[in-house]
Amino acid sequence: MKRVGFILFALLLLADIASAIGVVYQRHEGRVLFIELTKLNKERDEMNFEYGRLQLEQSTWAEPNRIEQVARGQLGMDSVDPADVVIVRR
Amino acid sequence: MNIPLRPREFTEAAPRANTAAGLRAATRARPVNLKARLSAVLMLLTLAGTGLVVRAVDLQVLRKDFYQEQGDARYLRDVPIPVSRGSVLDRNGEPLAVSTPVESIWVNPQELLPHAGRIPELAAALNMDETVLRQKLEQRADKEFLYLKRHLNPDDAKLILERKIPGVSAQREFRRYYPSGEVMAHVLGFTNIDDRGQEGLELAFDEWLAGKPGAKRVIRDRLGHVVEDVELLREPQPGRDLTLSIDRRIQSLAYRELKRTLLEHGAVSGSIVVLDARNGEILATVNQPSFNPNAVNNGDTSIRRNRALTDVVEPGSTMKAFTIAAALESGKWKPNTPIDTTPGTMPLAGHVIRDTSNKGQIDVTGVLTRSSNVGAAKIALSLSNDHLYHMFKRVGFGESTGSGFPGEAPGVLPSAKGWGVVEKATLSYGYGLNVTPLQLAQAYAVLADGGRLRAPTFVKGAQNPERAVIDPALAQTLVSMLETVITPRGTGLRAAVRNYRVAGKTGTSRRAVAGGYDSRYISTFAGLAPASSPRLVGVVVIHDPKGAYTGGMVAAPAFSRVMDGALRLLDVPPDNVEKWYADGAGNWAPIQAGDAAPEYEPGTANDDEGVPE
Repeated sequence: MKRVGFILFALLLLADIASAIGVVYQRHEGRVLFIELTKLNKERDEMNFEYGRLQLEQSTWAEPNRIEQVARGQLGMDSVDPADVVIVRR
Repeated sequence: MNIPLRPREFTEAAPRANTAAGLRAATRARPVNLKARLSAVLMLLTLAGTGLVVRAVDLQVLRKDFYQEQGDARYLRDVPIPVSRGSVLDRNGEPLAVSTPVESIWVNPQELLPHAGRIPELAAALNMDETVLRQKLEQRADKEFLYLKRHLNPDDAKLILERKIPGVSAQREFRRYYPSGEVMAHVLGFTNIDDRGQEGLELAFDEWLAGKPGAKRVIRDRLGHVVEDVELLREPQPGRDLTLSIDRRIQSLAYRELKRTLLEHGAVSGSIVVLDARNGEILATVNQPSFNPNAVNNGDTSIRRNRALTDVVEPGSTMKAFTIAAALESGKWKPNTPIDTTPGTMPLAGHVIRDTSNKGQIDVTGVLTRSSNVGAAKIALSLSNDHLYHMFKRVGFGESTGSGFPGEAPGVLPSAKGWGVVEKATLSYGYGLNVTPLQLAQAYAVLADGGRLRAPTFVKGAQNPERAVIDPALAQTLVSMLETVITPRGTGLRAAVRNYRVAGKTGTSRRAVAGGYDSRYISTFAGLAPASSPRLVGVVVIHDPKGAYTGGMVAAPAFSRVMDGALRLLDVPPDNVEKWYADGAGNWAPIQAGDAAPEYEPGTANDDEGVPE
């Protein structure tokens, strides 16, 4: 009877220690993952900002005035003379 | 056995015994009171114990919240979760306003001042005057936060931070960029340094665009690193994007043509509005003079007004379309009812109404075609005040359009009760009331869209309920009557767009000044195209042109060029090509182009509309 009690006590003690270590480990794991998450979030934000910057840049390049200048000046393009327009009816 | 020894002990020890005996005698006189000592100790212990318990209760129960809070404050922090402002896009998704992150450098003076030796280095890095910086720091020596420089390029900020000057840190902020610059400046407005809308749509939709920054509680370690998220206090609500009805291409085109017209005619200011006739969406709103929203300075604020919405003008002859609408509605007049406008002047209650020339015997359509003030006045005088007033009111004059733009002017339409005959006559050709260019566009959109009134909107796909205000057949009749204006007989030939049928009306009004009229003019054109099935409504208003000043000479050509480009950009099928190619067998037939706007000398082919005395 006394022996059973002792074994039970030892088991509970071991379980207790194991659980304590488990908690500490999980806590650590949680923090490591959290740091990872923060890093990834930051990375995502940076990418979003980069996207915004690229959008801005593209929009500046695609400014209608600039396109017109390039088309007329460098590429020698012109809009169609209305007299040359042929309307195709299907 | 012991007893005999005692006397000896006494005698032998006699020399020393004096003191010892004295001592013993003293102790015996105050015997040890064990009980008292014990109870004293017990009492002390009890007191100490009670003290401990009381203190424990005090700390753990009574003042628990305070200490808990203080403890938490040592490692728990509430940190904001910043959100970026939403972008503004045009109707095709092109960005018009975008926020990008920038760094703001700040310093904790309490940390920096002990290392005063590094101030010169910091000043050099910031490109600031050293004494100014020192002064600033000393002024806030007891504070923990001072902005040194805001909105720096992230790369520049990095260079400063790399010097690792004590107390200097960077904070991320957002700055708004407007790639279209001055072209969109009036519509979009701008934001202040804290990224909040100050004018224009940035202000009108500030709430929508700004979003709400969130907050979270975190655990920080000794070095200030965040080690754990404890809880989310407020969900961050990122700023939402806003898609406008504006078409960037048409906007640019209109801006260019407006600028060109102002230069050509030496005019002071002007506006162009282009509306989609089918749903009231504003495709372009441009004004001159303009400003660069990327570098707003606090100089001349008048250039920041969105004149197309905030400034009112007397619409002049462009109002005649609605006078005629009321006339036809009354049943008293038909488009071909003759009117005699000889001799080109009409005395009325001490005033004289004038046409630019004697237009003789014309019909109701001719009043529009040749813009006869006398004809319009004669028609108006046959109508009741109420009817005319309600016609103007129904097409949206005299009240704000409901576009939601900050600072939009409602215009003034005097109440019918106060009209005398002169007021009524002058109102019939567009004097004595004032309207914004947008209201004029809204009113012409009523004609373009089968008599339905819609509030113009800046937002693509906005809920925009329509209201039938004119009979569709009447609107159709008016459009075909207005088409006669853009013929060699009419005042607006220069508004013609090749390959398309155009309907519209010119307007020329004198600028109203206190006590009368100035010798400066406002040149207006309001029109729609293609006339067979209207898609676009355009209004051009030019202030104070030099030389030629009539609507037909100044505003109409700008209208023509803007519409020509806009119709092409929107792929609107031409409705005025003389011959259609219909042969599917590969035989190409020559195409004859539609009406082209011919060059003609001012005053030879067109009849300029009159201006009042």
